[in-house]
Amino acid sequence: MKRIIVCLKQAVDVSQLKVNPTTRQLMTASAPRKISDFDKNALEEAIKIKEKLGDVEIFTLTVTSEDAKAVLREALAMGADKAYVVNDPSFRDVDTLGTAYVLAEAIKKIGEFNLVLCGETSLDSFSGLVGSRLAELLDLPQISSVRKLSFEGDVVAAERVLEDAVETVKAKVPVLVMVTREINQPRIPSLMMIMKASKKEIVTWTAADLGVQMDKLGSKIEIMEVLAPKTERKKIRITGENVQELADKLAKALIQEGVVGRR
Amino acid sequence: MSEYKDVWVFSERHDLMLEMLGKGREIADKLQMELGVVLVGFNVQRKADELIRYGADKVYLVDDQALELFQLEAYLSVLHSLATSHKPQVILIGSTRNAKPLAARLATRLDAGCAPDCAKLSVDEQKRLVCERITYGGNAATKIAFRAKPQIVTIPSRAFEKPAPKDRTGQILKLDVKIEAPKTEIVDTKPLETSAVRIEDADVIISCGRGLEKKDDKVLLDELASVLCGQVGCSRPLAEDRKWFTEWVGLSGHKVKPKLYIACGISGVIQHVAGIRDAKVIVAINKDENAPIFELADYGVVGNLYEILPALKEALERQLQ
Repeated sequence: MKRIIVCLKQAVDVSQLKVNPTTRQLMTASAPRKISDFDKNALEEAIKIKEKLGDVEIFTLTVTSEDAKAVLREALAMGADKAYVVNDPSFRDVDTLGTAYVLAEAIKKIGEFNLVLCGETSLDSFSGLVGSRLAELLDLPQISSVRKLSFEGDVVAAERVLEDAVETVKAKVPVLVMVTREINQPRIPSLMMIMKASKKEIVTWTAADLGVQMDKLGSKIEIMEVLAPKTERKKIRITGENVQELADKLAKALIQEGVVGRR
Repeated sequence: MSEYKDVWVFSERHDLMLEMLGKGREIADKLQMELGVVLVGFNVQRKADELIRYGADKVYLVDDQALELFQLEAYLSVLHSLATSHKPQVILIGSTRNAKPLAARLATRLDAGCAPDCAKLSVDEQKRLVCERITYGGNAATKIAFRAKPQIVTIPSRAFEKPAPKDRTGQILKLDVKIEAPKTEIVDTKPLETSAVRIEDADVIISCGRGLEKKDDKVLLDELASVLCGQVGCSRPLAEDRKWFTEWVGLSGHKVKPKLYIACGISGVIQHVAGIRDAKVIVAINKDENAPIFELADYGVVGNLYEILPALKEALERQLQ
């Protein structure tokens, strides 16, 4: 029996995020939440492994300071066997190190595992640090930027996409793998799967349940501001009687800007 | 007086190292510190002098056959050992797919913070390093300062201009460090199947969006691109949904920084705009006069791209004569 732990972040759905145009503040509190896209790919990959190998158990793990039940129900409907959530108000201002620390403590409490799967980065904060930090804290072999994954007995083989190369890497389990979005297309659970999921277990822990040391939750960074970027564009509308005139005016403007030149 | 001092730069990619040296020099000068470079690899000593010409005061050189290939645990152990003994205050690391996990793990091993993928760096009045990055799918710019040292920042490629080399002197420190054995084995490496030229390197990019009706119509963009020595790109739907392209420009695709970006038939959703934010001049051509792209462009032309692109090509050819 193999056990896969998939780390799932409950992220702000950035496509539904609204911005206050006068203050440029993001209205994150009112924005809907969902499973961070990349993490969903990680879960889908775990389910694919289970479909192929059979004897596999999939646990999801979420660290949050908000209610995450709805998001976890979706993960269970997709095919996870059990969902763990560590929910504590003290996690509200943790940085990537604090998050990785709590994930590591939770994984230690869960016990045995063969594979930890994470998304390459998260949809909202887009840091891409937590998976690597977790590998460090658990002292695991780490394979990031993975677009293809397979098991050969106790060895994981993975294809990594780098800037200019594709690298095939092997490591012995237990191992931590971070996946890209191109690895698969996450399934949409059927109604039957959703019904079945309501019977699956969600285990909820608090910081105290894990014996989390509060001094380890202090953020090493300070978020000074989060604002919608200012657009400092000229916004000049080119107008003209006909296409020829529009094109001539635009060409002239681009030459004056010095952004086009002769070969 | 803090025991941490100096600004360090590291990348396994030489071009990215040079790009970071200019910004690193500026930060070091503002903090009145020295600029160090960590040069790691096998037979890399010959690169040290060039790094000094580009702004480094000190080159920490670790040259070992075990470092010929980038292997996470090996490189991590070298950086960790150097940072522990020399205590740099700031470490700038080039944000590649290999080195970003390195930065995250180094920060963890040093119990430090990490600000990833920062394309803007400054030093404020209180001499604090302030890093800026794009978050929330392009909806926000987040400013980050540090509460702990060292301060580890990863820098995307092409965020900063390569400085002009100068005739200057510096110190090369050749060091022996215990190198950890890698925990993963690289069994194969092959070049990435991609377009021959990286779109990140283009000075001019002509991109199309859903306004392009047929795949073959891309020739209109190709023709304009050839006049401007530019490259053709697209927005995500043309690659992901229609499969007309394999790569796209945007937050989830390529983030580009050309001198000129011409968006043809692209509505301008936030994720696309986040990928072109650093373009010097943005031109929008769109049939819909209310398309959001016009609010984010320097020059906007309301019209049919099928008429405007050939006319623009002809006008540029004529005016550039």
